[in-house]
Parts: sequence; structure tokens; C-alpha cells
Amino acid sequence: MSSPGPALARGDTTPAERGPEAVRVTLSVNGTEHEIHIEPRVSLLDALRERLDLTGAKKGCDQGTCGACTVWVDGRRALACLTLAVTCEGHEITTVEGLSADAEPHPLQRAFMEQDAFQCGYCTPGQIMSAAALLDEGHARDDAEIKEWMSGNICRCAAYPNIRAAIRAVRDQT
Amino acid sequence: MTATIPSATGLPLDRVDGHAKVSGRARYSTEIPIPDTAYAYVVGSRIAAGRVVAIDASAARAEEGVLAVITHETLPRIAEQPPLVPSLGGTAAPGQTFFPMQDDTVHYAGQQVALVVADTYEQAQHAAHLVRVTYEERPPVTTLDQGRDLAYEPERIFGGWIPGRTERGDAAAGLREADVTVDGTYTYAANNHNPLEASCTTAVWDGDDLLLYDATQGVNATRMTVARLLGLPMSRIRVVSHYVGGSFGSKAMIHAHPTLAAMAARAVGRPVKLFLTREQMFTSVGHREEQEQQLTLGATREGRLTAVRHLKLSPTSHFDDWAEPSIGTSSQIYACPNYEGAYRLFRANTMTPTFMRAPGEAGGMHALECSMDELAHELGLDPIELRLRNHTEVDAMTGHPWSSSGLRECYARGADRFGWAGRDARPGTRREGDWLIGTGMATAAYPVAPLANPQRARARLYADGTAVVQAATPEFGTGVATVMAQVAADGLGIGVDRCRFENGDTDLPTIAAAVGSAGAGMISAAVHSAATALRRQLVDSAVRDPGSPLHGADPVRVSVRDGVMTADDASESYADLLRRTMRPDAEAVGQWNPPPHDTPYGMMTFGAQFAEVAVDADLGVVRVRRMTGAFAPGRVLNAKTARSQLMGGMLWGLGQALLEANHMHPETGRWANAGLGEYLVPVNADAPDVDIELIEVEDDVVNPLGVKGVGEIGQVGVSAAIANAVHHATGRRIRTLPITIEDLL
Ligand code: FES
Ligand code: FES
Repeated sequence: MSSPGPALARGDTTPAERGPEAVRVTLSVNGTEHEIHIEPRVSLLDALRERLDLTGAKKGCDQGTCGACTVWVDGRRALACLTLAVTCEGHEITTVEGLSADAEPHPLQRAFMEQDAFQCGYCTPGQIMSAAALLDEGHARDDAEIKEWMSGNICRCAAYPNIRAAIRAVRDQT
Repeated sequence: MTATIPSATGLPLDRVDGHAKVSGRARYSTEIPIPDTAYAYVVGSRIAAGRVVAIDASAARAEEGVLAVITHETLPRIAEQPPLVPSLGGTAAPGQTFFPMQDDTVHYAGQQVALVVADTYEQAQHAAHLVRVTYEERPPVTTLDQGRDLAYEPERIFGGWIPGRTERGDAAAGLREADVTVDGTYTYAANNHNPLEASCTTAVWDGDDLLLYDATQGVNATRMTVARLLGLPMSRIRVVSHYVGGSFGSKAMIHAHPTLAAMAARAVGRPVKLFLTREQMFTSVGHREEQEQQLTLGATREGRLTAVRHLKLSPTSHFDDWAEPSIGTSSQIYACPNYEGAYRLFRANTMTPTFMRAPGEAGGMHALECSMDELAHELGLDPIELRLRNHTEVDAMTGHPWSSSGLRECYARGADRFGWAGRDARPGTRREGDWLIGTGMATAAYPVAPLANPQRARARLYADGTAVVQAATPEFGTGVATVMAQVAADGLGIGVDRCRFENGDTDLPTIAAAVGSAGAGMISAAVHSAATALRRQLVDSAVRDPGSPLHGADPVRVSVRDGVMTADDASESYADLLRRTMRPDAEAVGQWNPPPHDTPYGMMTFGAQFAEVAVDADLGVVRVRRMTGAFAPGRVLNAKTARSQLMGGMLWGLGQALLEANHMHPETGRWANAGLGEYLVPVNADAPDVDIELIEVEDDVVNPLGVKGVGEIGQVGVSAAIANAVHHATGRRIRTLPITIEDLL
């Protein structure tokens, strides 16, 4: 279950009002800082996909209902379509492109391939970002828990049993 | 021709594009970086019937970044409206014969009435909301209840492919003679495909040449449709579609948006990206229509069918006679002398309905298989036994033998795996705490789609012994790139790791849209033809070449394995042959002509579905605890990807049975729940583990490799097995889909 966005207020400083015209925003994504010129209404998802050419996070609904856009903000799951990019300044964003630091796939990426946990692949980056987080959080103790915690990520190809198998495989090897 | 020993075909290999998909590297149609791209956003009609009186776009035009607001007054007229023909036909395939924004008429809610193009997506979206449209509104007709009295019997449906009425014998007489009859009226909510990637097109003009990145099931279908609508030569349009984020029929026909994207790009002189919103997916790409099916069975005491009558009523658009073909299979799969099937339609303020996974059979087989369950219950027969008593080895409609069946094995092996034997048939007898437990089964059947035109592929072998095989088909989750590399490797006689399949581009050899479970059969046929033609060419070249160790050998006696041609003691590899003769590569095009339509065989894929449900006795909640499906889809090209597709289909059946409903608001004629938060699709917590048994049957009629396809058969019959299990659990026959808590309270 992804939350619509992290708690982004920073301490007691009230952020200066910006916009509605385009403003300069610095986003740190997968360890790299990017400066972009965007209107404050631009979602994190569109900032990633349309400005930074990071298209791993997918747009399935743009309404917070499908989980395809799941990324991490400061290590916590967030729906990028419901998060304004401008609120992510000073926070570290991780997308599927940054999931494994080196060329080696993350164990979950490998398990998804082995278990055939996708068909069209459009939900897959979001599934993997959610799955990696719930493994870290210890929310994969049994299938009932995996089912519940993964139900914010729709897979219309309905690869669900294989997604669970992939998560179990990684859980059991770690 | 010497057969190479197939070694790759059928293996459960991992997907070749798996890494691209799990790493986010796979680029879908809006994800191709193109400099200077502008964004188009559709304004859909608020009303469902009437006309546009005026459009005030001044506020929208004044917004920063807005490049154009296009309306019916400024959009160029289409060159020509192609007829409605399923994209399988290999011709232009518009989703309907109405093209929007050609005049002021509004036929359905959500119909495109304006297009805003701006520098950024946000600007386009915002400006679209500032477009003020004034309408003259008429009361719409959209639902069965509103349209029932307006119904007519169409002469033909489905783009003219299917007659409106089918009869054999005398159904009325058969029902009179019956010892037992069951009669039920089944009502299904409208459904929407909702692939996770909405439809989208990026249009790029270069002078008079048009390049489209389009999410489609057939790049050629897109090209032919857009060419006709825009009056462009086919040679000037290229369509690229490498990755498609699911379709399920929503991208099978070519709806208005690729053409609109091209028109918008021409208007602003820049590349344009048009990405439908989730809400627009409910009014832009067709849907499975709301429908009512009346099914009547007559049978003798012994359970032999004397008559089947299957009538369907459904809304279609104001311009096309379309119904999904729900009453074909019920005429074919059980031995019965008398049959009557007929469609009735009424004109409604909706789009023309379209294909959605298991088009026709998802609903038609639901009615038939629930009725068979009811008949078994009436007669005190086991549901499988009743089906076996009416089993037919020929197509009951034409009398032609099945090209292959396997249905008996599906019943037997499915029942075995599921643990069907010894089932206490009395409803409501099994209880676990609050839960009433029931089991149900159903037959699955889906026709092998009739194809018309030749299908082509190209195989090229390089002097280093690696090969590329090409066909224009896109990849939308079927695993086509993986399985076709397997097929090509065996055809050529090389290792599958040396063979790459290239696809998703109209520059590659032409192949029809991959729809109706036909993709695997027709593409494998073309690929096999290309690969074996190239192998023959290389073998011939070796045996004729005095410099080859194979010189003079009888080509029929040459076998090829791992890229090495061998006859008796002599051998030479493909690579050595090409290098020695100074050729960089060798190439062949393969063509497959599908069997003619009068082929004297019934062509059908069969299966058997089993489900166990638990129904909360007080709350009416239905949970599907487990499902088993046994299928005989002919040759399986990759056991892993085939199982995944069948599993997905079975879970679609679960959604059809218990969740999926698009609710029409009758006064406004608008879908009331156009979003993934309100239109319920199965999520992980809904999906039980699924048990799948593959029964291989040989079929030398349908296509060279005997592939019948796995895209739809997984879904067919599941909803009936679940509804029958709900009856077994509770004693209640629910005849509406989806079955909801309210139905069971
Ligand atoms: S795109 Fe963000 S939840 Fe669907
Ligand atoms: S793989 Fe297609 S939506 Fe999940």
C-alpha cells in the first residue's frame, strides 16, 4: 500500500511561495542532481517522465489508483502521480532505474524475470518498487500479507500469483 | 525437407525482453524522446446526445504555452471513412465508422469535441478545462432498460462477418419434445479493458512522411487506417510499436486518436504526443457492451440435448451493427439436433462496442455453461457426465470434424487435479465457520480465428552464425519476441541464444494484427516458413558448391543442428559456408497462407475450468479459493509464457464473475465509474493461486505448427465455473454479472 506522498514539510521553515509560473527546481534522482524549470503544478511523475527522460515510473491512471508510478522518496514508497515535483526538493528520489547501483539486476528484478511475474511489463517497475520496500519493511511474512501489501499495485495482465512467487523467492534467499 | 529436431520450441524460457521491462528500459509509445514534442489533450463531450452549438476557446487560447485549440470547425475533414472490419482482416480497421469532429453532432458522452495542443502536458490539460462548449442536448438512450423496445434483428453483425441469425433443425420442436427444459436470462454489465497503459500515440511529421509511435495490436492496422482517413499513401506512413502496456482488445481496432494526433502535429508543425487519460479510456476505445442473453436448453431424461436456443439483446452505436459474437460457440460444441440463435440490437448513445478479451465467448459460454450446470442439477447428473453425454467429435453446426480437440482429456485431467471426484452435488452442504463452500466447473471453448491474407516474416543469417528474424507485430505482453526466437531457432537449426526476433515496425514484413488469439499461430507460421526457407536455401547452396564438404549430398538428407549442416560424415556450418563464399549474410522471406474459409474442419480450442468459492453466509462476500484450468491449445511455443497468459485469462474470468462492471448513468448517458478506483479489476488480494494443466494436441489443419493460441481460452468458462460454485455453496443461481454482495444478501 503506497502512501500518496511522504511528509514533506521541512522543520519549521515555511517554504517561500513559488509559481504559478515556471520555477527552477532541483531534484535529486537516483543520486544525481537535476535542475529543471517547471511549473509548481507539475507532478513528480511528469517531471521524471517528460523532463528527465526517466520513463521507468509508469503512468497508469494519474489518479493514485494503480500504483504504476510507485517510486521512493527518501526510501519510502510514494505515488509519483500524486506528488508535486516541487515538494521533492531536498529529498532523495529513487526510481526503478536506480534500484540497483551497478549493472547487476536487483534480486527482485531477477526473481521477476525467473518467475515470469509480468506480461506487458507496464506495471512492473511499480510492482518492483513496492515489493522491494515491503520486503525491507518485513511485510512479506506470508502470502496473505504479501497479497494485502501488494494490492495497491494493479497488474491488469494479472500476473499476481507469479509476483507473489517472486517476492517469496527473494524473501527466502535473504 | 528434413525436419530438424525441435529443441527450443515449447521450452519454458524466460522472456528475452524481461530485463528491459524490469529495469524500466523498455520504451512504450509515449516514452520515445523526441525533441520539441508538444502535448495534445482531448476535450470530451459532456452530453451523450445532441449537438455542439458553440465552442468558446478564447480563454484556453490565451493560456501560456497553448499552440492550438482544434474543434470541428477547424479540424480538416477526413479523406475517407473506411468500413468497420475486424483488424484480423488485414485491412484498415477503424473501431467504428464515425469519425469525431467532422460536424457538430454528438453521438455519445466523451466523444472528442476539441483538441488542445500546448508546449507542456500541464498547459494542455489546464487549457482543455477552459474550453467552454455549449450544447443542445437530447435525452440519451444507453441502457438495456431504455432501449429494449427499440430493438431490431440485424442482418449481420461484427463488421458484416457474422449473420444475425443462425438455425439448424427446429429449436421450437426440440424444446416441445424435451423431457426437461431449463431457461434463464443472464444480464451482464458493460466492461472496459483498462490495460494499465492507456492508448497513446506520438505523431512526427517529416515533410509529407508520417511516423507514428502507437500503442496498438497491429502496426499495419494503424498504418492502413490512418492512411485511409488522412488520404496518405501507405508508403509515406511508418508505425512503430515496440512495447505496448497491455491491450485486451482496446488496441485491436484503430480508434480516432492516432489520426487526431497526426492531424494535431500537422496543425502545430511539431511532433505531438497524445496520451488518453484513464477516464477517456472509457469513451475512446470501445467497450464490451451491456447485454442480456436468454438461454434455453431442452433435454431428454438421459441428459441428451434436444434443443439449444440462445438469444442476445445489446446496445450498439448509432452508426454500426456491432455485437460481440456470443452465440457462435453454443451452436457448435454440444451434439444437439436443433439450434436457434439470434442477435437483437438497439441504437444507443455509446461508441460502437468492440473486442474485449474472449470477445463473445466470455459471455456466451457463461450463459451456456450455467445452463448446463442447471440442467445437470435438474437431472441429477454430475456436470461433467452431462457434458460427456453431449460431447461431439464434430462441429455440431457444420458436421465437420474438429481439426483437434482434447476436450475429454481436459475434463479428465482438470477434474483429477482439482479433486472433483466424489463431490457431493447437493448445494449448501459444506460449511467452514462462517463460510459456505462450493465447487463448480464449466467447459471452455474459443474458436480459432479465421484469417484471410498472407502473413509474412523474414529471416536473415549472418556470417557469424547469428540470426535475426523479423515481422511487424508489436509486443503487448504475449511474449512474442521470446517465442518467435524459439520457433525461428528450430526452423533454422541454430541455438535459440543465437537468434533474435525483431518486431513492432511497419518497415518489417507485414503481418495482421495479433488479435483473437491468432497471433501465436499466424506469426509462428510465417516465422517457421521464413526460417525453413532460409535453411533450404543454405543447404541447397552448400550441396551445389564444389567447395563445400557437403557438395553433391542429397539436400533431403542434410540435417542442421547448432548451425552445422550434416549429411552422413560430411558437415559444414552455416558460418563457414557464408564466409567461404564471401557473403555477409543470407536472407529469406517466408509467407503463410491461412487455410481457406471453406476448410472442412471445425477449428476450436477447448478447455475445462474448475473453481472453489467460499461465500460468507451472513455478508454475501465471495472469495475464490482456488482454480484449476486444463487447456488443449495445440502446440505450446513456450510453456512459461503460455501458462502466464492462461493464468491472466483465468483471473480475468474471476474479474468478470465478481468485480467488473461499468455502470451507466441513464439520465446523463455517462459512465458513472470511469476510473480504476471505481471500476473494479482484480488486485493481488483477489487473486488465488491458479493451477494450469496443458494438454498438447496435434493439429495439422490450423497452421504449420498446430498452434491454436492461449490469449482468450483461459478466460472462457471461468465466470460460469464460479457462478456454478456459488450455486453449489448457497443454492442460489445468480444470473447477473458481476455477482455482487447485494445479490447474495
Ligand atoms: S499513475 Fe500513479 S497511481 Fe496510477
Ligand atoms: S504486466 Fe501488464 S499490467 Fe502487469
